[in-house]
Amino acid sequence: MTTPEPSTRSVIVEKEFPHPPEKVWRALTESSLIEQWLLKNDFQPAKGHRFNLRREPMGNWNGVIECQVLAVEPGRTLSYTWGSLGLETVVTWTLTPTDTGTHVRMEQSGFPADREANYKGATYGWRKFFGSLEVVVAGLE
Amino acid sequence: MPTAPDALFKSLADPTRRALFERLSRHGAQTVRRLTADSGVSQPAVSKHLGVLRHAGLVRAKHSGRETHYTAQPRALAPLVDWMSYYSAFWQDKMDRLEEVLERMEP
Repeated sequence: MTTPEPSTRSVIVEKEFPHPPEKVWRALTESSLIEQWLLKNDFQPAKGHRFNLRREPMGNWNGVIECQVLAVEPGRTLSYTWGSLGLETVVTWTLTPTDTGTHVRMEQSGFPADREANYKGATYGWRKFFGSLEVVVAGLE
Repeated sequence: MPTAPDALFKSLADPTRRALFERLSRHGAQTVRRLTADSGVSQPAVSKHLGVLRHAGLVRAKHSGRETHYTAQPRALAPLVDWMSYYSAFWQDKMDRLEEVLERMEP
């Protein structure tokens, strides 16, 4: 576990769903439902619980993402660590009720800002070469 | 990440080395002899390329008897992957799937 420092960056994805927070919460926390939209898993909504998300092994990567539940506030907040290929980040889900359903915010935090800044240009130029390698490394579907 | 990015860039700048690395990534451990047969270059050339890849941390060599087996180390690529772009696309896709699951669920 590493605590995200101010020098880290986040990926944030937000979406409105025409469904109540209770229903969205189930999809985020019931193992069989998680499998339907994310990955195979042995998730349990209990603070401290360690679980794996599994995808097809690729190359030398066994396809396992190692996670641990950090926070569970039913219907409101869910947070877990996300460890894969030597990078550990934190995924936090925040549900906010709206007039028509639920606003869902996913923040994945802890990306090393320095590395990102240093390599952004280089990565852009190399993207062409790494088109296929990236599939091996990151497991794009 | 222990390996300097310069070594990574240089080692993968060569198309023969990229091809060797990709083959090892996709097909697991292989011997120099096997890699040579598939690559169309001489065995000493393949060995030299593998040495460069090994220096960059991209492959690992394991000796067993008279043969040396090489395996890819995709983790060494981590500094070159634009994680934030990757995960942005990943989560956008997952959000769409989540929506489909919510549509299917009982109210």
